[in-house]
Amino acid sequence: MAKPMPSEAANEFIPGWEMVIGLEVHCELKTRTKLFCGCTNSFGHEPNTNICPVCLGLPGSLPVINESAVELAVRIGLSLNCKVDESIFHRKNYFYPDMPKDYQVSQYERAINENGYLELPLSKKMVRIERAHIEEDTGKSTHVGGGGGRIHGADHSLVDYNRAGIPLVEIVSAPDLRSADEAREYVSELRAILVASGASDGKMEEGSLRVDANVSVRRLGSEEFGTRCEIKNLNSLRSLVRAIEYEAQRQVELINSGERVIQQTRHWNEDQGVTTAMRSKEEAYDYRYFPEPDLVPLSPSDEWIAEIQGRIGLLPAARRERMASLFASVSAGSTLDQIVTAVGLGLDDLVVAAVECGADPKLALARATNEVASDIGNLSNLTVANFSDLLMMEFESKLSATQAKTVLSKMLESGSGPQEVAKSLGFEALDASILEGLVDQVISGSPKEWERFSMGEDQLSGFFIGQVMKLSKGRADGKAVTSILRSKRA
Amino acid sequence: MANLAKLALSEEEELMYTGQLAAILDHARDIMALDTADLSPTAHPLELRNVFRRDVETPSLDRDEVMSQAPAAEEGRFMVPRILGEAP
Amino acid sequence: MTPSTVGLGAAEIAKLVRSKQISAQEVAEEHLALVRLQDPVLNSFLQITDDAAIASAKAVDAKVAKGEDPGELAGVPVALKDNLVTRGFATTCASQILKGWRPPYTATVVEKITRAGGVVLGKTNLDEFAMGSSTENSSFGPTRNPYDLNRVPGGSSGGSAAAVAARFAPLALGSDTGGSIRQPAALCGIVGVKPTYGMVSRYGLIAFASSLDQIGPFARSVKDAALMLQVIAGHDPRDSTSLESGVPDLLSDIDGGVEGLRIGIIEELIDGVAPMVGSAIAEAANSLSAQGAKVEYVSVPAVRYGLSAYYLIAPAEASSNLARYDGVRYGLRVAGQDMNETYISSRTKGFGPEVKRRIMLGTFALSSGYYDAYYGKAQKVRTMIINSFQKAYERFDVLLSPTAPTTAFELGAKAADPLSMYLSDVCTIPTNLAGHPAMSVPYGLGENEMPIGVQILAPALGEVNMLRVARAVEKGSPLIRRKLFWE
Ligand SMILES: [Mg+2]
Ligand SMILES: [Zn+2]
Repeated sequence: MAKPMPSEAANEFIPGWEMVIGLEVHCELKTRTKLFCGCTNSFGHEPNTNICPVCLGLPGSLPVINESAVELAVRIGLSLNCKVDESIFHRKNYFYPDMPKDYQVSQYERAINENGYLELPLSKKMVRIERAHIEEDTGKSTHVGGGGGRIHGADHSLVDYNRAGIPLVEIVSAPDLRSADEAREYVSELRAILVASGASDGKMEEGSLRVDANVSVRRLGSEEFGTRCEIKNLNSLRSLVRAIEYEAQRQVELINSGERVIQQTRHWNEDQGVTTAMRSKEEAYDYRYFPEPDLVPLSPSDEWIAEIQGRIGLLPAARRERMASLFASVSAGSTLDQIVTAVGLGLDDLVVAAVECGADPKLALARATNEVASDIGNLSNLTVANFSDLLMMEFESKLSATQAKTVLSKMLESGSGPQEVAKSLGFEALDASILEGLVDQVISGSPKEWERFSMGEDQLSGFFIGQVMKLSKGRADGKAVTSILRSKRA
Repeated sequence: MANLAKLALSEEEELMYTGQLAAILDHARDIMALDTADLSPTAHPLELRNVFRRDVETPSLDRDEVMSQAPAAEEGRFMVPRILGEAP
Repeated sequence: MTPSTVGLGAAEIAKLVRSKQISAQEVAEEHLALVRLQDPVLNSFLQITDDAAIASAKAVDAKVAKGEDPGELAGVPVALKDNLVTRGFATTCASQILKGWRPPYTATVVEKITRAGGVVLGKTNLDEFAMGSSTENSSFGPTRNPYDLNRVPGGSSGGSAAAVAARFAPLALGSDTGGSIRQPAALCGIVGVKPTYGMVSRYGLIAFASSLDQIGPFARSVKDAALMLQVIAGHDPRDSTSLESGVPDLLSDIDGGVEGLRIGIIEELIDGVAPMVGSAIAEAANSLSAQGAKVEYVSVPAVRYGLSAYYLIAPAEASSNLARYDGVRYGLRVAGQDMNETYISSRTKGFGPEVKRRIMLGTFALSSGYYDAYYGKAQKVRTMIINSFQKAYERFDVLLSPTAPTTAFELGAKAADPLSMYLSDVCTIPTNLAGHPAMSVPYGLGENEMPIGVQILAPALGEVNMLRVARAVEKGSPLIRRKLFWE
């Protein structure tokens, strides 16, 4: 008989193997205008309507750095505990139709932010940040005539330069992550930091946060790094996790079958759930980086850095502490998870404000991280006053838990207050005398059960509550029914 | 080199350019011999730092005027032949 | 009949127009008529913008009529090198790849000239993308030297230099990356100024080598050149490398003389120049001494390395600057099966041989494995050159040298050997690497009865002293001029 496997670390994906992951996160900065010109930094416009000689790379045009982009980059650096220092821009040369100048202006040798770290909220693990540098975004190509808008097999492509020149900060972590879950935790914490610092809106779905993952595998205990592959096109946390797990599995299988992992860039195919090779190291591009002669160095003064520091809002770690202080004690487990979730989703201000209005912290946190989180797109429909009123109604049993959840969903949809919604749903709490009448009706209809309950068979309370619920068409509050039953039995 | 620069050369041209580039690089041998260990590179003649613009919108170009110069366009976008790979 | 304004200086024309003695429209028409008649032989213009010229001349006249100030260049005809973008008017850089391109915007310097009342006559010929020293590299045919049609006007701003020398316009703009204003000015017997890097906005100048390019004026007198520089200089928020420091008054001190100024003749740049060029420099120096300057020889050893450093740095920047001509957004497209083929066929067809040569040289200098040995090394030599100049400027206010080693050479003489062509910039290149100002002033005739230029160099922002010395050289120069081809 085979020996039982030794217990493995929870995050180990294949016994005896370990993943090594480093992430490059591109984050669009929340400026009004582009990095080097005054065209608007906003989406949803007609193609090629937000372009000028500079972001279209017309001959003779010259870039001038947007001061706000630098400030937001510094906010990111400071929030990630980086050293903010003098930096310069380089040109990264390669031909591609979505690049107006056929080079990208980016920071190469000396980045504005270097050597920071980020602490993962649950595991408290420190992930080193190698650099967070400024660069410009490219335009966007639409591929026509192929399958599903894919580049492969397309007949031709159409290019829109509205996005060209939008300011990005690329945040490069050290290869410190060891599982897909850690990678997810890192990205969601990073996103929370970016949002809290005011640098970005952090919307992955809309492409304002884009993740590339460098993945390699090695035998557990090995100090050496394996050959890594870079996976591009990860635009949700779900894809991130799936892609990393797929890729690590693929690499282990390759090694196990006696083959070598080839260093290459791979593309994540969301539909098929696989990564496919884009090109290998052998055909790696020679970018011919050199200092951008049209720009001068960035050298933020200590005073400016201090000013910027003062403008950074409360960061996630501080936000979590603030929330934890609402509770008597928070150990690992569901409350901490909920706090991390609430901060990660930017719902902590709502919870804290509701508690300040008198709401129960536990209830506030639960409703925020479940019902509100699941409809976060409608968050602007929910005022603090309405949210805390709803929580009070539930807390005072004017609404059952099920009813409160339903009401909250409707409130998010419509923006109405809890009373109004509850009334429209017929969820008004029953008058005590009506409720008592209903209880009496049930008791007289089920004499045997009543007798047993009276004799002390407590588990039958559920039966009575159910019956009352039926009669009241769900409007009765279970807790209130229980207390009436108890008082009648006495 | 020609491939990186997206240029195609005939055999004749290649021969000519190779010879000429060799002559130019040969001339540059005078600086290869110089001791520059103590010198920092000059990328730029100016000592300027922190030249910024304020984050204020300025008008964009008229799309029709821009597209009128495009070799090929469709639906307000620049049309290009099929692209054989993702961006590097 | 009114006397012709052709041949008058810019300041004189502006004065006549401002005082209503002649209309800007007449000035424009007289100059345009000469261009129409004589330029087919010279080929200094790639495009003559008659209608726009007449319209802006009329606008100047309207201002004068209303008693408003039309500006320092009121009614003065100006020619623009065709690497300055002009909205709605073809801007080609003398390249097939930009043939027919109509930019949707206008260069800052052109706006400034128009605002000052200048009347743009058209766009002038150049070596393709300003790469060359003879204007033979234009894909629209070479420009000829107005004193001898078998000789080159110099380059790359040969069209602008030839146009001003031929009296087609009293003023023109060129760009100078390694001598492209000063060398053609010398070869055409006129004045040409490369200002301090950052003094004139590069916004709208189609880049050759961004850290070296600078726009500057051509004129037939030092004062007119100063007048034009005064108009185009100044901070531009659209150019990050534009200097914030205000522009000094370039004209009020220009006749201040050279009494007490310390002037050094650069020994390294006298070596090996044509004999008559060498003696012209010596004569100019004598004249400056006679006018009270303290003139001595000085060694600026690192200038020897200018050429080598330049021919790594400039092509490197150019290889990147010229990547955007890819057949996607504007300019020539030669369609291929796919994007990559289209890049290659468009660029192969669109660029001329010299441009390709420099793109390949620059691509090589930047490529991995060669960067440190070539581009990196050249940048350090650049530092060496700056230091060498700095040392000289501790002892001297301005420096003197020939502008070009020879007078104008014959068309085709250097076409087959790029290195020999590059050597004609040996005297002008070091200043570009340092970012300093320098200018060329004509000083008599040399070999083949062709004009000689004296180069006056100054430290960064040393334009006031430079112009004063230039004015003194001009005053002391022999008053001989060869007849123009049409005279
Ligand atoms: Mg990047
Ligand atoms: Zn723009």
